[in-house]
Amino acid sequence: MLAKRIIPCLDVRNGKVVKGVNFEGVRDIGDPVACATAYNRQGADELVFYDITASHEGRGVILDVVRDTAKQVFVPLSVGGGISTIEGFRETLRAGADKVSVNSAAVKNPNLIAEAADIFGSQCVVVGIDAKRDGNGGYTVYINGGRIDMHLDLIEWVKKLQQLGAGEICLNSIDADGTKQGFDIEMLNAVCSAVTIPVIASGGGGCLDHFVEVFEKTNATAALAASLFHFGELTVGQVKEYVRAHGIAVR
Amino acid sequence: MIAVIDYGAGNLFSVANALDYLDLPYRITDKTEEIRSAEGIILPGVGAFAPAMELLREKGFDTLLREEAKRKPLLGICLGMQMLFEKSYEFGAHEGLGLLRGEVVPFPETVSIVPHMGWNKLEKKNDCPLMAGLSADTYVYFVHSYKANGAAEDLAAVCDYEGVEVPALVYDGGFVYGAQFHPEKSGDAGLQMLRNFGGLLK
Repeated sequence: MLAKRIIPCLDVRNGKVVKGVNFEGVRDIGDPVACATAYNRQGADELVFYDITASHEGRGVILDVVRDTAKQVFVPLSVGGGISTIEGFRETLRAGADKVSVNSAAVKNPNLIAEAADIFGSQCVVVGIDAKRDGNGGYTVYINGGRIDMHLDLIEWVKKLQQLGAGEICLNSIDADGTKQGFDIEMLNAVCSAVTIPVIASGGGGCLDHFVEVFEKTNATAALAASLFHFGELTVGQVKEYVRAHGIAVR
Repeated sequence: MIAVIDYGAGNLFSVANALDYLDLPYRITDKTEEIRSAEGIILPGVGAFAPAMELLREKGFDTLLREEAKRKPLLGICLGMQMLFEKSYEFGAHEGLGLLRGEVVPFPETVSIVPHMGWNKLEKKNDCPLMAGLSADTYVYFVHSYKANGAAEDLAAVCDYEGVEVPALVYDGGFVYGAQFHPEKSGDAGLQMLRNFGGLLK
């Protein structure tokens, strides 16, 4: 049976982990490669680097991080943040990433998804989405880190993404993000029933039970968390052990 | 030396990284002589079946691989594994290398999520040297939208995806090996299989 994936996300700025936790045995908590290796030891099923580097000059650094990580960590690596062109896809994949995640760039230029899927294959095209309840029972898509409402219906958007050739959707709930009150089950169900490509749940995971809940109540194939793991509140291993104890298949 | 075939449709970096890590000598190559003189061959691949086969044919690698697979270990990974079969029905019917009996077909309609993406558990079928040293609880990483339908005796390991039996590791009992999953992305278990492959080289 396909295992549910637990995915830690590392926020990286100018080549340093933004919110560093004191991993056991890791001296420089700002070193993304060391953190990635630590997550790998904890049993992470995939690693996501989210580059929040603001300046263009700082951008190359994330590629070095990916390159170094790919030499010693042999699980899928996903990279997102600021990639908006086919050339950006190419250099990220060449550095050793298995997947490239795009968010705002896909909304602004949906054709990027079709082109990237055509050239590199759907398997490496992940579309990240920040969405929020619209107050009328629906959901709308935001860009620029959840700052700009695009008045784009979430369900229409995910259907279009599947048509364009996206291989996977990483769905972040703006309402749930940072609350630690649990994943947005309703929104995940709305998206999972609209598409047949895999959906990763993101935003709101705050305790062990939230991970059981998201896998029991939705068809999400993976759950992603950043600060929960960054700050060492839980380890990836603890989450997997707990989820497994509830009869859910994990690696 | 392992020849990792570069025909323009491979995830060569990941395979190279894993072989480097394992200290297995290899060369990424598109040269016939180097493929001939290698002790083993890895055929990677991502993307669609037909264009990848076309790239192989353009370089004459289809004939070359059929010959070389008679005398040295050949490991196809993901699309590289699918190309070992006789035929694929991905966007039309296309001829494969025909090194293994069987064909590549879409997942049935009953499967709710495609691609089959993530870690799935191997269920051992027939003996295969690549499985040496693996635990009974081995998970490996898959990403694919089509699956092989191979001969039962060539199945080294399968996995269950939404009730469908997916050929995961195939082996013809001679020199031909195929992994539908990505050993180079399957953690320690995947590295162990690549190490085992390296151990087959003479």
